[in-house]
Amino acid sequence: MSYTGRFKVWRGDAGGGELQDFEVEVNEGEVVLDIIHRLQATQAHDLAVRWNCKAGKCGSCSAEINGRPRLMCMTRMSVFDESETVTVTPMRTFPVVRDLVTDVSFNYTKAREIPSFVPPPRLGPGEYRMQQEDVERSQEFRKCIECFLCQNVCHVVRDHEENKTAFAGPRFLMRMAELDMHPLDAAEETGLDRKTTAQDEHGLGYCNITKCCTEVCPEHIKITDNALIPLKERAADRKYDPLVWLGSVIRRRGAID
Amino acid sequence: MTQVERHSYDVVVVGAGGAGLRAAIEARSQGMRTAVICKSLFGKAHTVMAEGGIAASMGNVNENDNWQVHFRDTMRGGKFLNQWRMAELHAKEAPDRVWELETWGALFDRTKDGKISQRNFGGHEYPRLAHVGDRTGLELIRTLQQKIVSLQQEDKKEFGDYEARIKVFQECTVTRVLKEDGRVAGIFGYVRESGRFFVIEAPSVVLATGGIGKSFKVTSNSWEYTGDGHALALLAGAPLINMEFVQFHPTGMVWPPSVKGILVTESVRGDGGVLRNSDGKRFMFDYIPDVFKEKYAQDEAEADGWYTAPDTHRRPPELLPRDEVARAINAEVKAGRGSPHGGVFLDVSTRLPAEEIKRRLPSMHHQFKELADVDITAEPMEVGPTCHYVMGGVDVDPDTAAATGVLGLFAAGEVAGGMHGSNRLGGNSLSDLLVFGRRAGLHAATYAADLGGSRPRIAEEQIDNAAAEALRPFSAEDTGTVGGRAENPYALHQELQQTMNDLVGIIRRAGEMEEALRRLADLRVRSRAAGVEGHRQFNPGWHLAIDLRNMLLVSECVARAALERTESRGGHTRDDYPEMDRQWRKSNLVCELADYRGGPAGQDPAMGQIKLTRSDMPPIRADLLALFEKDELLKYLTDEELSA
Amino acid sequence: MATTQTPGTGTGIRTPGRASIPDRHLRTDRWWLAPTVTVAVLTAFVIYSTWRAFANSDYYAAPYVSPFYSPCLASNCVPMKGGADLQIFGPWWGISPALIVLIFPLGFRLTCYYYRKAYYRGFWAAPPACAVAEPHAKYSGETRFPLILQNIHRYFFYFAVIFAVILSYDAVLGFRNAAGQWGHMGLGTLVLLVNIALIWVYTLSCHSCRHIVGGRLKNFSKHPVRYRMWTWVGKLNARHMALAWASLVSVALADFYVYLVASGAFHDPRFF
Repeated sequence: MSYTGRFKVWRGDAGGGELQDFEVEVNEGEVVLDIIHRLQATQAHDLAVRWNCKAGKCGSCSAEINGRPRLMCMTRMSVFDESETVTVTPMRTFPVVRDLVTDVSFNYTKAREIPSFVPPPRLGPGEYRMQQEDVERSQEFRKCIECFLCQNVCHVVRDHEENKTAFAGPRFLMRMAELDMHPLDAAEETGLDRKTTAQDEHGLGYCNITKCCTEVCPEHIKITDNALIPLKERAADRKYDPLVWLGSVIRRRGAID
Repeated sequence: MTQVERHSYDVVVVGAGGAGLRAAIEARSQGMRTAVICKSLFGKAHTVMAEGGIAASMGNVNENDNWQVHFRDTMRGGKFLNQWRMAELHAKEAPDRVWELETWGALFDRTKDGKISQRNFGGHEYPRLAHVGDRTGLELIRTLQQKIVSLQQEDKKEFGDYEARIKVFQECTVTRVLKEDGRVAGIFGYVRESGRFFVIEAPSVVLATGGIGKSFKVTSNSWEYTGDGHALALLAGAPLINMEFVQFHPTGMVWPPSVKGILVTESVRGDGGVLRNSDGKRFMFDYIPDVFKEKYAQDEAEADGWYTAPDTHRRPPELLPRDEVARAINAEVKAGRGSPHGGVFLDVSTRLPAEEIKRRLPSMHHQFKELADVDITAEPMEVGPTCHYVMGGVDVDPDTAAATGVLGLFAAGEVAGGMHGSNRLGGNSLSDLLVFGRRAGLHAATYAADLGGSRPRIAEEQIDNAAAEALRPFSAEDTGTVGGRAENPYALHQELQQTMNDLVGIIRRAGEMEEALRRLADLRVRSRAAGVEGHRQFNPGWHLAIDLRNMLLVSECVARAALERTESRGGHTRDDYPEMDRQWRKSNLVCELADYRGGPAGQDPAMGQIKLTRSDMPPIRADLLALFEKDELLKYLTDEELSA
Repeated sequence: MATTQTPGTGTGIRTPGRASIPDRHLRTDRWWLAPTVTVAVLTAFVIYSTWRAFANSDYYAAPYVSPFYSPCLASNCVPMKGGADLQIFGPWWGISPALIVLIFPLGFRLTCYYYRKAYYRGFWAAPPACAVAEPHAKYSGETRFPLILQNIHRYFFYFAVIFAVILSYDAVLGFRNAAGQWGHMGLGTLVLLVNIALIWVYTLSCHSCRHIVGGRLKNFSKHPVRYRMWTWVGKLNARHMALAWASLVSVALADFYVYLVASGAFHDPRFF
């Protein structure tokens, strides 16, 4: 069951480009990445595309298909009408390198700015004891395959280039939440308060929880509900809640007495 | 003189999967300035595809487990062809490597008492695989990646520069290891994005490039697996061993066509999944080989009892080592008892409640739902063998991971040979990456430090040659031999994959392999005319044309070694020599480049590029042999070996 | 074939260096539907509730009180037998008593994490839908006044719990007849019950509630009871959107029902 599908694929580089029309064979059970590969092998040998595992596990083949940020390897052709023209463009938040490949270095820069896991000073390798329920929250966030679709769709940087310096983006705010929820992370003992720095240094306040990050996540991680909002609440504990502040002062007093 | 970008480091690691990153962390921790080069983005390496877990005898679930048992399982799985010293080091050091990951932030699934949980896997006597659901490889990569970031943050504090002592060159390909007087002097490569060439001067190079799966049509491997490290070693003058042993994972997806070969984790079977043929029969009971008869259940009742009471039951035959299961599936399909799309049925839906399946096998559930529209909690999967792993690789020193014959060259992970013998056990690859990745990084650092000021220098001529070789596809139309027309590299690649799949695949015959060698020779000649259009900036056609050289080299190694080994063992099954032969046990087949001058060989189709020799392994140390029953050893070792 | 676009010179998706695509978006689905429905329903609710809040009439039909007017805190409230009319505000309060209390449920919903998403998308178009460019030149999110005040959502949650208790009390009072005798029930009782049930589940499904009951903990295993509560709230929280809409509609319907009965337009069917 094959048919000839119509595609519009963006081709070009930082100097300019255009949506080019292609007609190409589509077979049963194929995904968009298969079609792009067929174009490469038959019609456009130098069509640039980034991909790797082709099984939704590495997060390399991020693009925008009919305007929606998706992994090309996880978008089945069967979701489209045979008569439909499928448009494939690179991610539109990052600088384009060529064709469907974008420069995602923004994300690697941000990754470096997030303070790493701080191992508990009193525990050696093999001495860590954690309960399943205590690791489960962070484990959800560690399912992230770093496809950067959430970073791409987030309007804070997609529509406002100038916010890129101040805003870490959903993926890395989620990383902060992951570390803050890690049962043995000892950041606080070293004087690092992840809750406050999320707000003050990594732009948590820019997030207006419009949930596009969650909508596009191919791993179905509940980024907004389970990471960003809890992190906002944790930041509120520190910065905006006089009662919690009062409580912690009293408790500290109590500990000193 | 070719204009290239130049860098200088103490240690260069080629590959950023588990082994590469672990090596880089170690080298940097030893104070060496370290460069990591990878073809993909940082953190996308093929290691993310590993699902089941990391084998390490921590004994968290069953206290009887220890390194001796792990060593025994590994040797059995490899049919005693393993480099025993590597298997010993691996079994001893794996627990430390896993525990160390926790201190870097890894979050494994837990036991009730808060330790790292361990699961059952094929060939492992006790529950041994540390895991995170079925995405353990991702956890491993992410943890190592984040450890490197944390080291970079330390350097930023100390030197004001994140990349002061460790830098990742992502989306770059290495095409040559450069040498001076038999010693490594650096590497030559290109930036995929821009096509620019670069050279890194370094006295130590660690190869950690993974496997060769992309030479086969049906494979679980990603495009990166073009045997680069294998080829780089050969071209640098380092021999490969055991290349005939290629593991076909028994369970890959068979439908839809576009995902054919993608892995279905062994955990499905470890957690209760069973294999059935089109008659609904659980056929694995018919395929238990004699050497394993005592260890595996003979009927369904006993097998099913094992999941809850492993001490009083023998394990189900679905959990036989991978080579056995792959051959069994192959035989069922050949006998006409296969599934509609040419596989067999793997069913977990009737074995576990839906919620339990989703909890234990989330990625599998997701993968089948999204890619095949199959709900594995309600219906069986269709699976068949897929090329998964190459046991063969660079011949290395077991303790230092140093490649034979080339000073300053090291190899770890899948690209290194010996550790797994003729067949790798599931879960042993992630631990292999960590154990030998660390060792390679450590000894590469020591070697570089010991050299002091007397580092080898790169001759300009070598750079010119490497650049000319890399640029050849752009001028192929002028030199092309096929009617003056350039060959399409994609078409050549497909022919190569088809050849290897059909003629040097899971079941092998002498005539077919001779035919394969003829076709490979022909492809080699045509590949010299592989041409590409466009320019050097992110040009996948050009990249493939360059990778073809590597795939052709390693494919020839596989075919020549497979033709030579006249027995069946592990990942090498000969239809014409179906029995395992004890005489072959201690023999490694060694591949070396026929023409050492490193010139672009292969002008003459009749002449191969590979010279094959036989070498014997050192005898297994007595205290290690003593870990086995005499009866068992008799199946593998010759009488002379035993009496000695 | 389209003509080659030169790189953008603007901001956002037209920033120089990004792929030059002139379209604001390339979505082919009906992405505008959700924000449009949001705007329509919220606008209708605002118009209706403004009318009712200022009306200052037809909010009590014994034994039912409209949720808009409970608790009733001014001396100009109509007498409600046994009801929450506390007369804290003296005769100087001349306008509708609903205006004293409505700020609390309104504030709870206004700062609710779900409604924020809904109105940021629907009314403010920031963004109108995923991967559809927003029209604003500048964006600072919730980093500045006034939107930084969204962080006090938890205080509105505390008040929302108090209000839910009061409305529960009102619903219980619905088991009386018009004369104040217990053991009776009418359609109005059912309406108030359904409404308060939805208000409770909406209130408890709140993200702040989830944080307070257990989300703020680092180690669940040391607090098994709070962990279990967190799990329950988490299940409700997953349906926060649906509950937000359901309770919004139900509160308006409950008020409208009381209005119909109080104004004499409809006779409350009594079950027993």
